Amino acid sequence: MSIVLPTTKFSGKTITLSHGAGGKAMHDLINDIFVSTFNNTQLDLLEDQARFSLSSLTKYGDRLAMTTDSYVVDPLFFPGGDIGKLAVTGTVNDLAVGGAKPLYLTCAMILEEGFSIDDLHRIVLSMKKTADEAGVSIVTGDTKVVPRGYADKLFINTTGVGIIAEKINIQSNHATVGDVVIVNGDIGDHGAAIVDARGELALEISVETDCQPLNDLIQKMLKIVPNIHCMRDATRGGLATVLNEFAQASDVAIKLDQNKIPVKNEVRGVCEVLGLDPLYLANEGKLVCIVPENKANELLRTMKQHPAGKNSCIIGNVVKSPQGKVILETGFGGTRILDMLVGEQLPRIC
Amino acid sequence: MKFVDEFRDTQKAKSLIKAIHAIAKKLEPNQIKPLQIMEFCGGHTHTIFRYGIEQMLPDNIEMVHGPGCPVCVLPMGRVDDCVALAERSDVIFTTFGDAMRVPGSKKSLLQAKADGADIRMAYSPMDALALAKKNPNKDIIFFGLGFETTMPSSAFTVLQAEKEQVNNFSLFCNHITTVPTIKAVLDSPDMQLDGFLAPGHVAMVIGERPFDFIAKDYHKPLVITGFEPLDILHSLWMLLTQIADERSEVENQYTRIVQPHGNTPALTAINQVFEVREFFEWRGLGSIDHSGVRMKTAYATYDAEKKFAVPNIKIADPKSCQCGEVVKGVIKPWDCKMFGTKCNPENPMGALMVSSEGACAAYFNNGYNEKKQA
Repeated sequence: MSIVLPTTKFSGKTITLSHGAGGKAMHDLINDIFVSTFNNTQLDLLEDQARFSLSSLTKYGDRLAMTTDSYVVDPLFFPGGDIGKLAVTGTVNDLAVGGAKPLYLTCAMILEEGFSIDDLHRIVLSMKKTADEAGVSIVTGDTKVVPRGYADKLFINTTGVGIIAEKINIQSNHATVGDVVIVNGDIGDHGAAIVDARGELALEISVETDCQPLNDLIQKMLKIVPNIHCMRDATRGGLATVLNEFAQASDVAIKLDQNKIPVKNEVRGVCEVLGLDPLYLANEGKLVCIVPENKANELLRTMKQHPAGKNSCIIGNVVKSPQGKVILETGFGGTRILDMLVGEQLPRIC
Repeated sequence: MKFVDEFRDTQKAKSLIKAIHAIAKKLEPNQIKPLQIMEFCGGHTHTIFRYGIEQMLPDNIEMVHGPGCPVCVLPMGRVDDCVALAERSDVIFTTFGDAMRVPGSKKSLLQAKADGADIRMAYSPMDALALAKKNPNKDIIFFGLGFETTMPSSAFTVLQAEKEQVNNFSLFCNHITTVPTIKAVLDSPDMQLDGFLAPGHVAMVIGERPFDFIAKDYHKPLVITGFEPLDILHSLWMLLTQIADERSEVENQYTRIVQPHGNTPALTAINQVFEVREFFEWRGLGSIDHSGVRMKTAYATYDAEKKFAVPNIKIADPKSCQCGEVVKGVIKPWDCKMFGTKCNPENPMGALMVSSEGACAAYFNNGYNEKKQA
């Protein structure tokens, strides 16, 4: 990890049950690791809640957006990211794809007794760095410690609030026949990076997670095309799942051109070896949106100028039937229906 | 991507499709029913669906998706045996990923894991051997399943365990054999197949000769086929050419992998460790003579069946299941009354709905729920 840890009295120590007991040990841990790192006026007050003036919110729009997500990734550190980065980007992106400007996050942690406080510190610093990049503040939090074996090292929950500007109305039932489907870059990186990082396969690849905040890119997209019809981040279940959700909610069919869907060669390689499908692999910095065709080129130009959207492209379009289905033109001249996944993608044996 | 994209070239596919349509047109006047061609192997079924190959074919050619998905044909009783082994407190049970979801009479391995059994997914039996060395106080069982394709790695692992005296490793051997199974399909009275795409990776191990009887005794043409979409199209063209020429021969399309005599070290290891069982129970097909192997007595130390009291449970297939008829091409998946209703990928009743390589699951997942959509 490139993050340099500041020395604290906790350096080299591990979490004990006393760090969650409400006494001095917990107080010190919160101050030295969380408050000093997240460093903002709301948190510094150490009240039981963060407080915002309504006027500071209403200046950005007319609706409050709120979302929550829990992060349990294993391993905690993986190529290109860690659970902390994920806990911030995941919640920021869930707000952003609804057209909201993310403002504040909470951070609740469940720590397993015996967890390394240096690792905790690294993760908290990573959260702070990512929050700064995304322009959000972590304003309130909670720490619990459970006995060894009752949790796997560390779980994080973050809840986020943001504001949706007037006239922005992105909904999964807004896809219309004739619209086009756009993604902001290569598919499947996060899923492949996690498979690799688990180290069970001794793969020689160098895929990094695509974990990144998308709110800045999305705000720029909305300036150019305020009437984006549908938008989601393609996390668990991947691109195929999100598009199935759009097709079902909007009662339309979505036709994809496999040749146009960007997938890195390394990711394709991992999928070939393990019998996985990149279209179902998780992403943590990829959005898929459905927009009116006449706005697509203008939107693509804007997206490509942004670091989070350099590889943006059109991958398909919205057609009338078969309603509620996603059809893949296979790049080999055939077609097949891309369904929702049943259970987890399990590797095939032969 | 090198060594992959060459075998998925759209232009080459187009010219093969054109050639296939041309032969099919020539054959059509003499046909009273569509030509039924069986791809035996689940890997082929997977490629056919993944690349949408069925829709590219002429109407008078029908693909029949054979029994070559080892996960699909696993009987419920065998899954119950696995669960019984896995639930022992002294055991870590290791398995290929696809076997996790196969339903037993009470639960799948996935459910047994959720209930507390120590079950781990492995990509190779050698992973299980490594786990055995790391956990000397536990018995590590590897669930060996699959045709001759996966048999050599199981055999080599047993030989390695013996060499290193890793005596807390054992194999629960459920390997099955290809040729007796094809023979059972051919001997079935309602059989109406016209030719076979034979499994390339099985042939890689056993060679071309074991398939000779299909051409000689049953007069059915056969092409040993690779697993990329162009391999499938190329083989179909070769098979149709044989039919048009009224030949029935064993041809090898997968020459980049398959040697006529097979893989000698792999065959030697198989013969050293395994022997043929009198019969083996299949889900959907019933008992087939000589269609499975067990471990030889010399390797009893590493044989989970001998080492533990395997309950050897027999459970009949659900009565309304028509997997056997689907596998033989007598009916299409959607003709089965259970298809898509009582039997679906979330709650598979029949063998062919179990793995994504099973014909029914492939039809269901690709939205072919009735004839007009296929």
